[in-house]
Amino acid sequence: MIFRAKHLLGIEPLHPTEITALLDLADSYAEHNRRGVAHRDVLAGLTQINMFFENSTRTQASFELAGKRLGADVMNMGMQASSIKKGETLIDTALTLNAMRPDLLVVRHPHSGAVDLLAQKVNCAVLNAGDGRHEHPTQALLDALTIRRAKGRLHRLSIAICGDIAHSRVARSNIMLLGKMENRIRLIAPPTLMPSGVADFGVEVFENMEEGLKDVDVVMMLRLQKERMDGGFIPSEREYFHRYGLDAAKLAHAKPDAIVMHPGPMNRGVEIDGTIADDINRSVIQEQVEMGVAVRMAAMDLLAQNLRASRSPQEVMV
Amino acid sequence: MTATFFANARLIDPVALTDGPGGILIADGVIKEVFEAGATPPKSANVIDCGGRCLAPGIIDIGVKVSEPGERHKESFRSAGRAAAAGGVTTIVTRPDTLPAIDTPETLEFVERRAQEDAPVHVLPMAALTKGRDGREMTEIGFLQDAGAVAFTDCDRVVTNTKVFSRALTYARSLDALVIGHVQEPGLSEGAAVTSGKFASLRGLPGVSPMAERMGLDRDISLLEMTGARYHVDQITTARALPALERAKRNGLKITAGVGVHHLTLNELDVADYRTFFKLKPPLRSEEDRVAVVQAVAEGLIDIISSMHTPQDEESKRLPYEEAASGAVGLETLLPAALRLYHAEMIDLPRLFRAMSLNPAHLLGLSAGRLLPEAPADLILFDPDAPFQLDRTTMLSKSKNTPFDGARMQGRVIGTWVNGNRVWESL
Repeated sequence: MIFRAKHLLGIEPLHPTEITALLDLADSYAEHNRRGVAHRDVLAGLTQINMFFENSTRTQASFELAGKRLGADVMNMGMQASSIKKGETLIDTALTLNAMRPDLLVVRHPHSGAVDLLAQKVNCAVLNAGDGRHEHPTQALLDALTIRRAKGRLHRLSIAICGDIAHSRVARSNIMLLGKMENRIRLIAPPTLMPSGVADFGVEVFENMEEGLKDVDVVMMLRLQKERMDGGFIPSEREYFHRYGLDAAKLAHAKPDAIVMHPGPMNRGVEIDGTIADDINRSVIQEQVEMGVAVRMAAMDLLAQNLRASRSPQEVMV
Repeated sequence: MTATFFANARLIDPVALTDGPGGILIADGVIKEVFEAGATPPKSANVIDCGGRCLAPGIIDIGVKVSEPGERHKESFRSAGRAAAAGGVTTIVTRPDTLPAIDTPETLEFVERRAQEDAPVHVLPMAALTKGRDGREMTEIGFLQDAGAVAFTDCDRVVTNTKVFSRALTYARSLDALVIGHVQEPGLSEGAAVTSGKFASLRGLPGVSPMAERMGLDRDISLLEMTGARYHVDQITTARALPALERAKRNGLKITAGVGVHHLTLNELDVADYRTFFKLKPPLRSEEDRVAVVQAVAEGLIDIISSMHTPQDEESKRLPYEEAASGAVGLETLLPAALRLYHAEMIDLPRLFRAMSLNPAHLLGLSAGRLLPEAPADLILFDPDAPFQLDRTTMLSKSKNTPFDGARMQGRVIGTWVNGNRVWESL
């Protein structure tokens, strides 16, 4: 088996061959989704629980749709309104859920490492849907699939990641994934939004956007995460847009066929000009959303195969 | 009282900085005489054959948190006292960051009474520098000193109002009271779970620059120049703070510094996959910082090693890393952890005990901490080489939050004596 992992907690532990295997499967799911081919037998009889300790509409909907297309019984738990408010600890919540015997657990949590902690306590496959500033592996995988489909390859590309890198789990997972696949990564941000120790990441670091975008194949914009900022990272949104917002003039420094990406939700007029985001010749933002479903189908398919293989024959019969 | 003679010992003398064979005669709770190797004991004395193992002055551990009053389920005077005896600590100097804080003579008396009842080792209490450790009004430093407080500290809370802090230092100076400070600049440190850098960024954890320590130290050194107070830094953990400390000492300020044993033996990478037992305050540092700080202890620039014993229950540690409580227990692992530096040949045993026994005694004006006639017979007998694997469930502390669980360590305490009475014996 090429993909051996029990959980999908991050990109860091994955081997390049595992990433390729997952993307290949996701690519075929993307084609089937376009043609309307159903696969309701893949996760039939399995229960998928989406536990979101942090607000999310897009990611949760994407995981829900992916599960349903593969025939899983999907349940959403909005954890902000739940027992956490009553003082239950994360571990107790995990044990309670575990007793309900789910098969796939999709978790988003505001604290880095929380999903790892939870995965240690349950018997099912856990998918990290974003933990604090740590990782968001399915986002990086869907970005990779989008790039591969647009550029025909996922290596030896020059890729710029721009914006609020310090607060971004998307950036961390992407740096890890694109690095493993041997691409040239450029980080562009004001120094206050650059993570500490970035010089040791094996990337090129730019504070000037025009310089950073020079001749890149892919421009990956990040959302300015105002909700994670306790003030004082940038002087104002309009100055930020002027210096780091992606508009036609800045994009002109990239290769003529460079694609523009954004994980969403966008702050139009803050990190990206609306006309760029809507330019169907440059922007692949809608394709990213489409690939999101396919990548999540592939991830759950592979984890479910490993889960079934690890369970005893009698248990599977029941 | 009959005399006891420790024969055939390897004496660790932190005053003469020697490590060699000899014997010690104790009686009436004090050391009577120190003998050369091969000396014959007085006929009337009980003889303990040390079998060539190390005999050293007991450890004086400054900054131990005993969770009485308020959180006795985490640690009591009884459990902390037994853990200390087992770890070769003959004097624990307690922190006032309890619930409530030890900030009045009345609460201090409670601590002293409970310690007297239950702890088999010496307990010397510290008191808060400001009421409720809130950094607004100084405590009754004079009354507290009369009631037995050996030092004044708000522990890990920094007195941010420099006017309040300068007045407290000035007042403390008039009483020759010792003030212990935490020099992590609070604005920069706020919300931090680890030291900033590549590791912090990879784990997505909020970090604090190591520079926060030097900033805090620089401020406090300026205040010492202003006030002339007697001041001890609880923990110096970064290389960048060392030149400032060295300069302040050279300029004749009454400043000393300590470091926790965990910062001498672990680094930030030990946190690995969000292991909350490694969450400390200040956070663990880079390997470069660790080595620099060990060097500073060996040279005597950093004066004191302590355990920074901080009991936390399972519930406060089994949380996502950012939410988990800080601190680790250390009374029972202080000696074997410190001996890692000896086995790594980074420091010799007399210098290690200078930092763990003699210097704390100097700082607090105690006659313990040395192998000299008339010093209290607070002694430990240990085998520095005996290997073991730590199992945290066997520890005597009520809280088991040690970062060394499962670690292979060397160094076993065979016996601990307090005022000549044996309080620990390992079979």
